[in-house]
Amino acid sequence: MKTYTNTGNKDTRSGFGAGLTELGQTNENVVALCADLIGSLKMDDFKANHPERFFQVGIAEANMIGLAAGMTIGGKIPFTGTFANFSTGRVYDQIRQSVAYSDKNVKICASHAGLTLGEDGATHQILEDIGLMKMLPGMTVINTCDYNQTKAATIAIAKHHGPVYLRFGRPKVANFTPEDQNFEIGKAVKLTEGNDVTILATGHLVWEALEAAKTLNEKGISAEVINIHTIKPLDDKAIIDSVAKTGCVVTAEEHSVIGGLGESVARVLSQHQPTPQEFVGTKDTFGESGTADQLMEKYGLNANAIIKASELVTKRK
Amino acid sequence: MPNTQQLQDLTTQVRRDILRMVHKVNSGHPGGSLGCAEFLVALYQEIMDRKDTFDMDGIGEDLFFLSNGHISPVFYSVLARSGYFPVEELNTFRLINSRLQGHPTTHDGLPGVRIASGSLGQGFSVALGAAQTKKLNGDNHLVYSLHGDGELQEGQNWEGIMYAAGNNVDNIISTIDLNGQQIDGSTDTVLPMGSIRTKFEAFGWTVLDIEKGNDIDAILEGMAKAKALTGKGKPVCVLLHTVMGNGVDFMMYTHAWHGKAPNDEQLAEGLSQNAETLGDY
Repeated sequence: MKTYTNTGNKDTRSGFGAGLTELGQTNENVVALCADLIGSLKMDDFKANHPERFFQVGIAEANMIGLAAGMTIGGKIPFTGTFANFSTGRVYDQIRQSVAYSDKNVKICASHAGLTLGEDGATHQILEDIGLMKMLPGMTVINTCDYNQTKAATIAIAKHHGPVYLRFGRPKVANFTPEDQNFEIGKAVKLTEGNDVTILATGHLVWEALEAAKTLNEKGISAEVINIHTIKPLDDKAIIDSVAKTGCVVTAEEHSVIGGLGESVARVLSQHQPTPQEFVGTKDTFGESGTADQLMEKYGLNANAIIKASELVTKRK
Repeated sequence: MPNTQQLQDLTTQVRRDILRMVHKVNSGHPGGSLGCAEFLVALYQEIMDRKDTFDMDGIGEDLFFLSNGHISPVFYSVLARSGYFPVEELNTFRLINSRLQGHPTTHDGLPGVRIASGSLGQGFSVALGAAQTKKLNGDNHLVYSLHGDGELQEGQNWEGIMYAAGNNVDNIISTIDLNGQQIDGSTDTVLPMGSIRTKFEAFGWTVLDIEKGNDIDAILEGMAKAKALTGKGKPVCVLLHTVMGNGVDFMMYTHAWHGKAPNDEQLAEGLSQNAETLGDY
């Protein structure tokens, strides 16, 4: 079984900051907007290097989305930065009308997604944002798994014309994908080959899926782990092909099971390859205060939860 | 000097377009559309520096954003009669498979429209963003926007209004259609907003009134003053005092025709008050 090395824990939001810094140097049309969270979003370097292309909008996210939509008229590529909750739920109608329906080339970059935001609690821990964004026609939805991939994705979305939701997080997590990777929107990445169960994971759950696969392997269950970094457009073929081989699937995401990756996968499979499926995600609940690890354990979003789900689903074949 | 009579004739024709469009599909918003007919005719015919052809980026020309998208009938009529698309297309207003949606959109590629509007209160932010990009591009042209007064009850406006002064966005002229009416009644009865002038001034804008907002000469004079106030470090707000339903006597001074179409007799009456000038579509 192929294994991956953690080159050192890093936060995905810093990958975003590094990608934005590189874009600042390579693409003069890239502009950045932030709603009073420059440090949290790691936008400091871009601001320092390109003050004329950086827009501090204050605590006014609705205005930030509208400004970004307007800035595209004349050829700019705006990257907005705030927490995932304030990037989506707070500004849904602004995104819907001024960005998505108007087909504006805005990149909505969202940090502190999910439970791993931690101690701030449920007001800030959005677990519905993937669902909100994937429902918008024309919106691309990406949830990257580590620092390197988030940096690569940030650079890649500048070349893609159209609205994008890029979701990442706060905690330092394993950094294991290649430093020089070519990020291809909509192209799933197969991380391990397996025959007994397919594990489709996104975001912080990808590393947990790899950890789970090791344990499952010791238990005689061969898991095929696939990194679904793009939830929309979904890589239907990669999913169908893998499941045709393994005969069952576990989806894993730091998001509600309602409206997330799991439901997107279920839609594809029920149509093309009906398959037993188990869902690792939050179960119609808000989060709460706690450390990231405590919360992921309590709400069943870690390697242990993926192992249990895999054992269950293989028995349902 | 512009030929005011020509603009007046065009306005009369636009009023006919509005009435006929709304009547045909028995839906749409004639009241606010009629109230802004003179303003949009003057804006597109005299005030804005526009290119003959449409491209989304609009570099090297003035831009206009309609925030109160429900007055799409007047917007579509003025766009068509300014050459953006064939006037015959006004026949498709609100019909299935039309580019002339109930509220304006870029979705179907209608020339002249740069943003979808309809859900209120989003236009300030968009127009300000476009104005910022003009500055980044070294483009000295202006951004114009139009907003309803009732629309100002939406909170996002005030985020944008605060941002504009704080960031010296002085290449924008935002006009408020001050007709004092909204769907459920007068703005004073639905949600009293106090002095809009005082609010804009407190937010750091330069404000000027056009008291006769349905008088083309007054609009041209007022907008020339507004233009002279741009580039001085502050955003410019024009309070355009209009009469909802202007030009059709039974639609004037009331919110009743905000979102209601005339029947056959009412259409005939409205058209009789506005004799054909440039030819119906």
